[in-house]
Amino acid sequence: MPQGPGFAAIEAAALRSDRFRLERESDWKRLETIVTRIEKGRLRGLADEDVLALPVLYRTVASSLSIARETSLDAATLGYLEGLVQRAWFIVYGPRASLGGWLRRFLGGGWSASVRAIGMDILVALAVMIAGTAVGWLLVASDVEWYHALVPSGLADARVPGASRDVLLDTLFGAEKDQPMGAFAASLFSNNAQVSILSFALGFAFGIPSLMLLMHNTALLGAMLWLYHGQGLTLEFVGWLSVHGTTELFAILLSGASGLHIGRAMAFPGEKSVMTAAAEAGRRAAQVMTGVVLMLVIAAMLEGFARQLIDNTPGRYTLGLFMLAFWLAYFFGFGKSADHGESAS
Amino acid sequence: MSSASAAMPPRLRQSDRDRVLITPEGISLPITVASRGSRFGALALDLMFIGLLMIVTSLGLIYIAGGAADLDETLANSGSAKSALEFLIILWIAAMFLFRNAYFLFFELGPRGATPGKRITGIRIAARGSGPGAGGGRLTAEMVIARNLLRDIELFLPLVFLMQGSGDGDMGAAGIAATAWFLIFALFPLFNRDRLRAGDLIAGSWVVEAPRVRLEQTMTAQAQAAPAGKLYRFGDAELGVYGEYELQTLERVLREGRREALRPVYETICRKIDWVPGAPGDERAFLEAFYTQLRSRLESNMRMGKRKADKFAGDPA
Repeated sequence: MPQGPGFAAIEAAALRSDRFRLERESDWKRLETIVTRIEKGRLRGLADEDVLALPVLYRTVASSLSIARETSLDAATLGYLEGLVQRAWFIVYGPRASLGGWLRRFLGGGWSASVRAIGMDILVALAVMIAGTAVGWLLVASDVEWYHALVPSGLADARVPGASRDVLLDTLFGAEKDQPMGAFAASLFSNNAQVSILSFALGFAFGIPSLMLLMHNTALLGAMLWLYHGQGLTLEFVGWLSVHGTTELFAILLSGASGLHIGRAMAFPGEKSVMTAAAEAGRRAAQVMTGVVLMLVIAAMLEGFARQLIDNTPGRYTLGLFMLAFWLAYFFGFGKSADHGESAS
Repeated sequence: MSSASAAMPPRLRQSDRDRVLITPEGISLPITVASRGSRFGALALDLMFIGLLMIVTSLGLIYIAGGAADLDETLANSGSAKSALEFLIILWIAAMFLFRNAYFLFFELGPRGATPGKRITGIRIAARGSGPGAGGGRLTAEMVIARNLLRDIELFLPLVFLMQGSGDGDMGAAGIAATAWFLIFALFPLFNRDRLRAGDLIAGSWVVEAPRVRLEQTMTAQAQAAPAGKLYRFGDAELGVYGEYELQTLERVLREGRREALRPVYETICRKIDWVPGAPGDERAFLEAFYTQLRSRLESNMRMGKRKADKFAGDPA
C-alpha cells in the first residue's frame, strides 16, 4: 500500500486492517450470538449446526485475533476479539457440560479410582479412628466423669453410666414410634454431611485438625462402647451401630483421609510446587468428598428407616456387613481400568 | 517491558492484575484477575440471595404446614397430616442443606462459571494453569466442588459460631478464636498476588474478570460518513512523532466523542507537529484524518515488522 499522505486520506475508509475486519465480522458476530446463547443457558433454542460450528468458529476467530494483533492497531476491535475469544474459550474448554455424563464417569470408576489414590491416607485415618475409639474407652474406664465430657448431653438421654441393662437394651431395640423417621434421617444426614465437609476442609491446615476431629468423634464411640460393654451388651450395640455405621463411619473415614491427603500434599509436596501439589490433591479429594455426601445419604436412610425396621441383632449384622462388603468391593475391586485413564491424564 | 507486553499492542489500562492466558491453540489472551472489591461484592450479593431463598422457602413451607395443621383439626385424622408435616420437615432440611452447599456449585458448574452475584459484578471462575500466574487449564467439576467445600470453613463455620456466641451474649476465648480463624481466611486473598482464597488454592482455580465488549464501529467507516469538509494531509515527519500508544489514546477520545475533550487533544497535536490551530468546529475532522493517516502509517510499518510503541520510541527507519 503506497504510503503517501494524500493517498491515505482518500483511501481512508479502506485501511487494510479495517477491510480485514469487515470481511470477517459476520463470523465474529455469529460466534458471539452462539456464545451468548450458551451462556444464558438457552441451549434448546440453539440449532444443531450452530453447536457443531462452535469449535470451528472459535478457531476462526482465534486466528483472526492472531492476525489482527500483527496487522491492526484498532484497539476496540482487538479488545472485542480478545473478549470474544476468551468467552468462547471458556465454553469450548469449559467444564464437561453434562452433569449426567460427569455422574456416570464418577460412579463408573472415577470415584473408586480416587479413593484408591488416597489409600495411604485412608490407612492413617483408620489407625487414628481405631486409636480414638481405644482412647475413648480407656478414658471412660479410668474415670467415669470423662463420659460426660465426651458424649454431648443431647445424645446421652438414657445412655448414662449407671443405667440399668434394661434401659440400655431399650435404646437399642424397639422402634421409636413417636419419632418421625424420615425427618430424623434427614437431620442426621444434614449434620453428618456438615461434619465430614468440615473434616475435609480442615485438611487445609496440614491435616492435623482433620485427625483431631476424627479422634474426637471416635472417642465418643469408644465411650459408648464401654458403657454397653459394662452391661454385657457389646454384641447388640455393635449390631445396632453396624446397620448404618459401616457406611457412616466409612464415609467419615474417607472425609478425614481426604483432609489428610490435602494436608500431606501441602506439607510434603515433593518435586512439585506447593500450589500445584495442593491443587492436585484438592481435586482428587473433592471427588472422594462428593462420594462421601452420597454415602451419608445412604447412611442416614439406613439409620432412619432400616434400623427401626430390622429389630434383631443377626439381621442388623447381615445388613451392616453386607454394606461394608459392598463398599470395599466397590472401592477396591471396581473400575480398575479407570486407573490407567487417571494416570494418563 | 516484559515479553508479554511486547507481543501485544500497548494497553491503555494496565494494572498488576493483568495476566496472560495461553490457549491450547497457542494464542495468548490477556486476562484480568478480579479485584478483591468485586469479589467481596459478589459474595455479599450471593449471601443475600441465599438468605432470601432460605427465608422464602421457610415461609412457604410454614404456610403449607399451617394448611396441613388445619387439615389435621378438621379431619381429625392425625396420621396423614402428621406424615405430611414430616415430609415438609424433610423438605426443609434438604432445602437448607442444598442452599448452603449446592448454590455455589450449581451456578459455577454452568457455562458462565459464575454465581448470580459474580455475574452482576462481572467476574467468573477459571482454572489456574500450572506454574504461578499462568492460566489455561480446563475447569473441571472437581475444581468447582473443591473450592466450594472449603467455603464451609472459610465462611459458614465461623459465621454460625459467631452467631451462636453473640446469641449467648458471651464471646469468651472461643469467640476470639473463631474471629481469628475467620480473619485468617477472610484476609487470605490479601496476601497473594492472584487474590486466591483458600478454596482457590486447593482447587487450582482463580477468579477473573469476565469481559463483555461490544463490537464498535470501524473508525474509518465513521470517518467516511462524517461531512467531508476540509481534507487534511499530513507528512511523514508529522505522523512520525507518535506511536501506537498515542494512536489508541486518540481512538478512545474519538470514540467517546466528547466535544470538550477533542479541543485540547487537537491543540496538543497541532503544537507537536507545528501546525497553527484553527477556529473551533473543525477538530473532529482534523483528528479523524490524523488518526486514519497515523494508523495507516503505523500499520504498514507493522506489516514490515517495524513497530513504534509510543512517542518516546525511536521512529523505525
